[in-house]
Amino acid sequence: MITIAFFKAAIIAGTPLLFATLGEIITEKSGHLNLGVEGMMLMGAIIGFQVGYSTNSPLLALLFAAIAGAFGALIYAFLTVSLRANQVVSGLALTIFGTGFAGFVGKSLVGMKMTDEFNYFFRDLKIPGLGDIPYLGEILFNHDIFVYLGYVTAIILGLYLYNTGKGLNLRAIGENPAAADAASIPITKYKYLHILLGGALCGLGGAYLSLAYVPVWQENITAGRGWIAVALVIFAGWNPYKAIIGAFLFGGLDIIGFRLQGTAIAISQYVFDMAPYVATIVILVIVSFRKSKKNAPPKALSEPYFREER
Amino acid sequence: MADRSVHVAMKNITKTFGSVIATDHMNLEVEKGEIHALLGENGAGKSTLMNMLSGIYIPDSGQIFIDGRETRVTSPRDALKAGVGMIHQHFKLVEVLTSLENILLGYKTGLFVKKKDQKVKLQRLMERFQLDVDLDRYVYDMSVGEKQTLEILKTLYRGARILILDEPTAVLTPQETLKLFKIMRRMKEQDCSVIFISHKMNEVMEIADRITVLRKGQTIATLKKESTNPQELTELMVGRPVDLSIKRVPRVSDKVVFQVKHLTAENEEKVEVLKDISFNMVQGEILGVAGIAGSGQKELCEALAGLYPIKKGEILFKGEDLAGKSPKEFITRGISMSFIPEDRLGMGLVANMDMVDNILLKQYHHSKGIGVKRKPAAAKAREIIKKLEIHTPGIREPIKNLSGGNIQKVLLGRELDSHPELLITAYPVRGLDINTCLKIYDILNEEKKKGVAILYIAEDLDSLLGLCDRIMVISNGEITGIVDARQATKEQLGLMMLGNKEVDHAV
Repeated sequence: MITIAFFKAAIIAGTPLLFATLGEIITEKSGHLNLGVEGMMLMGAIIGFQVGYSTNSPLLALLFAAIAGAFGALIYAFLTVSLRANQVVSGLALTIFGTGFAGFVGKSLVGMKMTDEFNYFFRDLKIPGLGDIPYLGEILFNHDIFVYLGYVTAIILGLYLYNTGKGLNLRAIGENPAAADAASIPITKYKYLHILLGGALCGLGGAYLSLAYVPVWQENITAGRGWIAVALVIFAGWNPYKAIIGAFLFGGLDIIGFRLQGTAIAISQYVFDMAPYVATIVILVIVSFRKSKKNAPPKALSEPYFREER
Repeated sequence: MADRSVHVAMKNITKTFGSVIATDHMNLEVEKGEIHALLGENGAGKSTLMNMLSGIYIPDSGQIFIDGRETRVTSPRDALKAGVGMIHQHFKLVEVLTSLENILLGYKTGLFVKKKDQKVKLQRLMERFQLDVDLDRYVYDMSVGEKQTLEILKTLYRGARILILDEPTAVLTPQETLKLFKIMRRMKEQDCSVIFISHKMNEVMEIADRITVLRKGQTIATLKKESTNPQELTELMVGRPVDLSIKRVPRVSDKVVFQVKHLTAENEEKVEVLKDISFNMVQGEILGVAGIAGSGQKELCEALAGLYPIKKGEILFKGEDLAGKSPKEFITRGISMSFIPEDRLGMGLVANMDMVDNILLKQYHHSKGIGVKRKPAAAKAREIIKKLEIHTPGIREPIKNLSGGNIQKVLLGRELDSHPELLITAYPVRGLDINTCLKIYDILNEEKKKGVAILYIAEDLDSLLGLCDRIMVISNGEITGIVDARQATKEQLGLMMLGNKEVDHAV
């Protein structure tokens, strides 16, 4: 059936978005707005592809993709946490850097493909039991290992943020660093760790594009997905659980044009290509009307923290 | 209360910031189970001294003894270990977390927070100190008083037995203040020591056992409450004899200049915030407005300055109805409004701009041409500095670098400079020490003599009773009565503030 195939594809298309969104959520919860998501995704994508292409090892490829994303985030963290530079400018610079970096490293890799052996790692694995549920089983539980990793990451992050002491401390830092400081929480350490973790997740999101989703190297493989992730954070109200819904919704929008090709509906491909971006704007407008303290951004977002000194 | 041991002793504490000596060989002794007040003007070194006891600053020299042992306090964590906790003026709470989560913040727990166990412990602590905190409530839903109680509970939970309260009543309503005093007395019974920083004489006299007066970075004296009086304390604090009474200048005219009729306004949620407000004002009169915080004072101020949309009603200024006119037209007709919000800088002044530019903000539209003329504004700035005795390094100093009292004088000075006929001023003495308060009352009385009608919105009932001709009490956006300030009593006003319409004394 066409619809089941469509929903299944939406989940796949949403997975890189989910990773990037989770990465940005964890970053923003520490009070740092990192607009370098696109850059970190591209760094993860190219390094993952390069390592996978050279070593033929999917695990190494993913590991290095995460390291590449974290490395991008480290530059950002040094600028904004230690030097207290402007977060917006630092993030934009990171995106530009990441784009250039990926273009440079990937120059000789354009059009290259992974081996079948490598691709076997990303084969569909049906989860026993859950995968047998009619319709839903096929849509949700018959995917490659990376998609499941996305589900698990989102749930772990949700539990971490809302049910553990460490998560509580992190939220406090993003809301009111002075209060966190007074409670003797090591703020700088928390900020660095979570910005790096966020970067690693963005890198993995990028790597999914180059290693499993496409999986051929092409220039600018992320095509603005990093920016959608930044908007999805707002859509999800900084909540990892809601990010799952948001990411898969946008995954659907991402592929709708492609899926409708060759059907009776004669709308230009380009109109559909616009869909996710238009939806992003519409959702941002709707969300800005929603006034709830629980869905609000961390209060100290993008404010550098100075311990009160005279 | 026979044998009293010394709980905290600070000896010869000196701390300098650059070339400024904040505390100069200060001494302080607090006994176990007493409420010890630190009294001093703004800048006397009260907060600096206490910040050293609580580990925020480290003294340059001097010793701190806690329970007789010399203790080095280099961080708030050290201080808590030694049993010292400080409640700051700006609460260190996370709004989107619940009370419980705020208390557990930074606390060593297992991987997952065991909320139930902690709750039982907290419940016991609350019973012991008779605190009333709803542990599951979000902080953003709490009033200022509730947040303060939460801060106290949090500090006690972390093991504080010496509690420092930095001007705790500055943001509280009279009712909340009474509640706080009850908590303080209870802590005293439980053998905790409380250090109470304040410059409000009546509160110090009500709650303190002993009082240490500070002035300009030095310890002046430590006195028992029974053996002193407000007059003596004020003189020690200021360093010279001061007349504490607020002068009331007699009214000169009976001419009505300002009438408000059936003023009603709604907020964004369509709730009526001003209900059928009617009053009038005479030339050269100070009409006080009393009410519990959030009873519609801010909305009233803004409505009368043309800043708040009015649903119905008339605002008659010298016979002309101004309802629905733009704020600019209010200003050109001689109505001026100054509102000192709780954070002082929120309304009226731009913190990063200097005095000249802040004056220009209200004047530039009178000048011709494209460019702004800074010279006349600079001259005005100098004039205001001189007239109101403002302490500032210069007219080009960004406003935010001035102390609170001076900022308020700048705001008031600018409003007076437009020579208004009606001056609306809300909380002009908020957070100021006695000396500066008296100065501001003098300024208002000067204007009154010139025939300016002044709407004076305040929290402090003493100043309202002393300064005003009449006092209008509002509760929940409604007038509960207008009384003659010479005959009214605090109790009467208090009842009216709670919503009881007054029966007699009507004017």
